[in-house]
Amino acid sequence: MYSPTYAAPTTVDEAVGLLANASGAARVLSGGTDLIIQMRSGRLRPEVIVDIKKIAGTIGIREEADGWHIGAATPGAEIGEHAGLCAAWPGVTEAVQLIGSTQVQGRASFAGNLCNASPAGDSVPGLVAAGALAVIVGKNGKRTVPVEDVPVSPGRTSLAADEFVYEFIIPKASGKTSDAYLRFIPRTEMDIAVVGCGITVTLDASGTCTAAKVCLGAVAPTILVLDDAAKILIGNKLDDATLAKLDAAAQAACKPIDDKRGTIEFRTKVAGVLARRVAAIAFERAAAR
Amino acid sequence: MNDISLKDALKVVGTRPVRPDGVDKVMGRAQFGGDAVMPGMIFGSTVRSPHAHARIIKIDTSAAEAMKGVRAVVTAADLPNITSEEAFVGEGPMNFRDLSCNLMARDKVLYDGHVVAAVAATSTSIARAAAEAIKVEYEVLPHVINEMEAMQPGAPVLHDDIFTSGVDPKPTTPSNVVKRMEFAKGDLEAGFAAADKIVERTYTTAPVHQAYIEPHACVAAFNPDGQCQVICSSQGHFMVRAYCAKLLGIDISEIRVTPAEIGGGFGGKTLVYLEPLALALSRKAGRPVRMVMTREEVFRGSGPTSGGTINVKVGAKMDGTITAAHAEVILQAGAYPGSPIGPALMTCWAMYDIENASAVGFDVVSNRPKVAAYRAPGAPISTYATESAVDELSRAIGMDPIELRLKNAAKDGTKALYGPTFQNIGYVETLEAAKNHPNLQAKLGPNQGRGVAAGFWFNIGGESSASLAVNEDGTIALVSGSPDIGGSRASMAMMAAEVLGVNVERVRPIIGDTASVGFTFVTGGSRVTFATGTAVCDASDDIVKQLRGRAAKLWEIDVEAVEWRDGSAYPAGDNAGKFEPLSLADIAVKSGRTGGPIAAKATVNAQGAGPGWGVHVVDVEVDKETGHVKILRYTAAQDVGRAIHPSYVEGQVQGGAVQGIGWALNEEYIYDKDGRLDNGGFLDYRVPVASDLPKIDVALVEVPNPRHPFGAKGVGEVPIVPPMAAIANAIFDATGVRMTSLPMSPPKVRAALDAAGK
Ligand SMILES: Cc1cc2nc3c(=O)[nH]c(=O)nc-3n(C[C@H](O)[C@H](O)[C@H](O)COP(=O)(O)OP(=O)(O)OC[C@H]3O[C@@H](n4cnc5c(N)ncnc54)[C@H](O)[C@@H]3O)c2cc1C
Repeated sequence: MYSPTYAAPTTVDEAVGLLANASGAARVLSGGTDLIIQMRSGRLRPEVIVDIKKIAGTIGIREEADGWHIGAATPGAEIGEHAGLCAAWPGVTEAVQLIGSTQVQGRASFAGNLCNASPAGDSVPGLVAAGALAVIVGKNGKRTVPVEDVPVSPGRTSLAADEFVYEFIIPKASGKTSDAYLRFIPRTEMDIAVVGCGITVTLDASGTCTAAKVCLGAVAPTILVLDDAAKILIGNKLDDATLAKLDAAAQAACKPIDDKRGTIEFRTKVAGVLARRVAAIAFERAAAR
Repeated sequence: MNDISLKDALKVVGTRPVRPDGVDKVMGRAQFGGDAVMPGMIFGSTVRSPHAHARIIKIDTSAAEAMKGVRAVVTAADLPNITSEEAFVGEGPMNFRDLSCNLMARDKVLYDGHVVAAVAATSTSIARAAAEAIKVEYEVLPHVINEMEAMQPGAPVLHDDIFTSGVDPKPTTPSNVVKRMEFAKGDLEAGFAAADKIVERTYTTAPVHQAYIEPHACVAAFNPDGQCQVICSSQGHFMVRAYCAKLLGIDISEIRVTPAEIGGGFGGKTLVYLEPLALALSRKAGRPVRMVMTREEVFRGSGPTSGGTINVKVGAKMDGTITAAHAEVILQAGAYPGSPIGPALMTCWAMYDIENASAVGFDVVSNRPKVAAYRAPGAPISTYATESAVDELSRAIGMDPIELRLKNAAKDGTKALYGPTFQNIGYVETLEAAKNHPNLQAKLGPNQGRGVAAGFWFNIGGESSASLAVNEDGTIALVSGSPDIGGSRASMAMMAAEVLGVNVERVRPIIGDTASVGFTFVTGGSRVTFATGTAVCDASDDIVKQLRGRAAKLWEIDVEAVEWRDGSAYPAGDNAGKFEPLSLADIAVKSGRTGGPIAAKATVNAQGAGPGWGVHVVDVEVDKETGHVKILRYTAAQDVGRAIHPSYVEGQVQGGAVQGIGWALNEEYIYDKDGRLDNGGFLDYRVPVASDLPKIDVALVEVPNPRHPFGAKGVGEVPIVPPMAAIANAIFDATGVRMTSLPMSPPKVRAALDAAGK
């Protein structure tokens, strides 16, 4: 009979120790809105569950000199209620608020969304486009990596067995910088993204884009960072020709699968559509700064 | 009895009191199937086939039986081998042998999720682990999922004893085509020759599940003396009793079934899946057994309704007269015979008075779960096709879709294609109500469109029982045999209160178990308010007669000289004014002196259910770049005869429309190449969520049914008939593209727009 052990350590070292010394598979628990469901369905059967929420710093939002520090397990609801962060990064914070429902957001976190390593995680493209960093802790100490370096394939991350994400750092949005995220789902909520797109842009006073990062979700085994698409935006204003090129670049980058949630053809076309719509929102927001 | 045309004289009927089961449900106290407890009970689980089609070579239960905590394992060997026999116990015919094999596979598994064994243990987790420890050896056979492929020569054949009936000559080799059916009148060829415009198209629909929130659940005890107790949520506890008796080979008198509250059924709980298995496990274990399906089991193992392929041809003159109409309907039955092909054919042209018409259908088995009834079984599928084609026809001749329907509408005296001549129907009134609804004045913007479609459903009557007892204080205990899936307890109490002339709060309605009230057919066919309501009124009339008799005794006058008014007995005629009136409570308290307790029962086999007519008008907006369809406005007009409790009638109409919206836009069973269900959960089986929907506006039309004491007609089924066509027609109006395949999901809408260059 399956009966996992549950631990809720109060320090990073303790948590790392539990992960490093687990006899069978161990899993970190943040909100549990993915993990518990996967355990219930029998898809995952970890021997050890390490709940990180009692460790100082894993829940909460602080503004510091190097950017916004967001505890790995901070629930979406708390993120959505943080006026400062929402004003600075409307796309990042809107994305996390798309996850599930009010109830799910009472628990669902950035770290869980990222480390579940589904290419369709809604909060990931926005974090990537914003240039967010993941602070990872493990038995060899602390390391900081770009968020896009965490997932490596569906369900797998680059973290070692003894590591977990402690917090995220999102740089401060300087000057005319802003972002947006949209996803396509067949319904209006409670669904998994068929395509997701996050874009951050920086504009100069004339409205010309000087920096951009474009990220697509759910159209490849991992999220995609579209350097070509960013180059199309940089040096240009939001005109029809630029949008058409962006659409084409987004479509060209897609490597989606045919499945019950959408066909290859559909996902590819919608990726182009979303890239255009998201760019339009990000440009408008950046211009208003 | 009351004059049904005198609506104004009614005091209770037509009002909106709080439902008697409401507080418990709001507070989470209502006891559903999975809440029922029996002392010492243990927990059941099932082993299900991972294959779409396979021969069972061997089932090894030894490892499971050896596990600590496991109390019983059953396979088909523990159930009687039933011979083929047609049953009319649930909604629509079912063969007892097929039902037995559907519960627990014998020799062959016929779909992914087919039960092959069941186990009971001291906890659910042990039961599940034991189920995993049961080793089944299969010889995997080729499978077929799609109904058109299943009809092809050379397709894998599911049953070697199906020889298509209804064709001449009868085939000599078995196939998956169970039967051919046909309804025809007039001269089709001449009718089409007379038409100025003809529309001819093929449509397909996907199987959809009733998606009730409460999974199938029961607790059952098979006692050593042979007596059985079952508590379960179902659409008919007498149906559960009959099936359990037959499938286990025991007498009906040995089984008592108590209805739990039911968290939705929509037709899908008019047959059994768990109860006989729980009894068989209990018999072996010597303990009561609770079984509750998981959501995945509900999708894989319980009946969705059919998907199908429909060919339609319909023609009209430029003045709008429909001259000929033909539909060919091919429906999936699932693994065993019995799709709702009959009603699909009978309903699809019923809204029209057409001289030359025909409907031909085929019932086809394939490697899917056996279909179960789902609101107006069959009608939504065929009507999606016919009402789409009529919309196209109205555009071809340049006539407003409601005007075209008015011009050809079935009326009193119209002889339907399927035989009967309509009486007291309110279809024209329903069309007028839709036409005059303020929503139709709303202006449409870019990429927005409006669609209209109509629908018909027979509604049924049938056998029902009810009893009333006058309590010592003059309150009333009302017992009926109909599980309440839509607020029917409220309606029953209201009808009794109306007849008795008392406040509805004084009537306490319950649903009796199978030993406490007479036989009552399932809650299905939109029959309860009509049939069980008639029984309640009959029993209430009897109570009034007895109350008058008791008053006559107290006053020592003739019973004919006592009148019942507003809940009291009055001396009438020559005696008028001679005695103080006696209230129901006054008489009740003295009943011991006037002949003993006052109670009555009534049983009916109600005939003359008035058919239901629905006309839906929907406004949509299509996002042409993503294919997403948003429902902007929804108007549902329906002839309901008389709304006993208007809120619950409106609720039925809204619920039907919403389920239809899901059917239209996103719901479908998706199978992988191995014939395994790929979306057995609410994440990927997409029912509409609240934020997808506008308020569903309901226009109730009341053309009374003279065969019911207050004029009620069935209301629960027809509202799911028009939505799919109405939405397809609205999408066409918005985009110029005709969607001929359900669901009209974003990928399909976008692909259709691209193909049309829009
Ligand atoms: C009803 C419902 C609706 C949903 N809707 C959406 C949706 O719209 N969009 C969407 O993207 N997702 C959705 N989800 C999925 C889920 O809610 C999100 O992925 C959520 O962000 C997961 O966060 P969590 O904190 O609950 O993760 P958990 O379940 O705690 O963890 C998820 C995975 O990440 C690992 N993990 C957690 N924390 C860490 C850490 N700090 N370091 C390393 N690994 C870690 C866990 O071991 C586990 O493998 C939905 C889920 C439900 C139940």
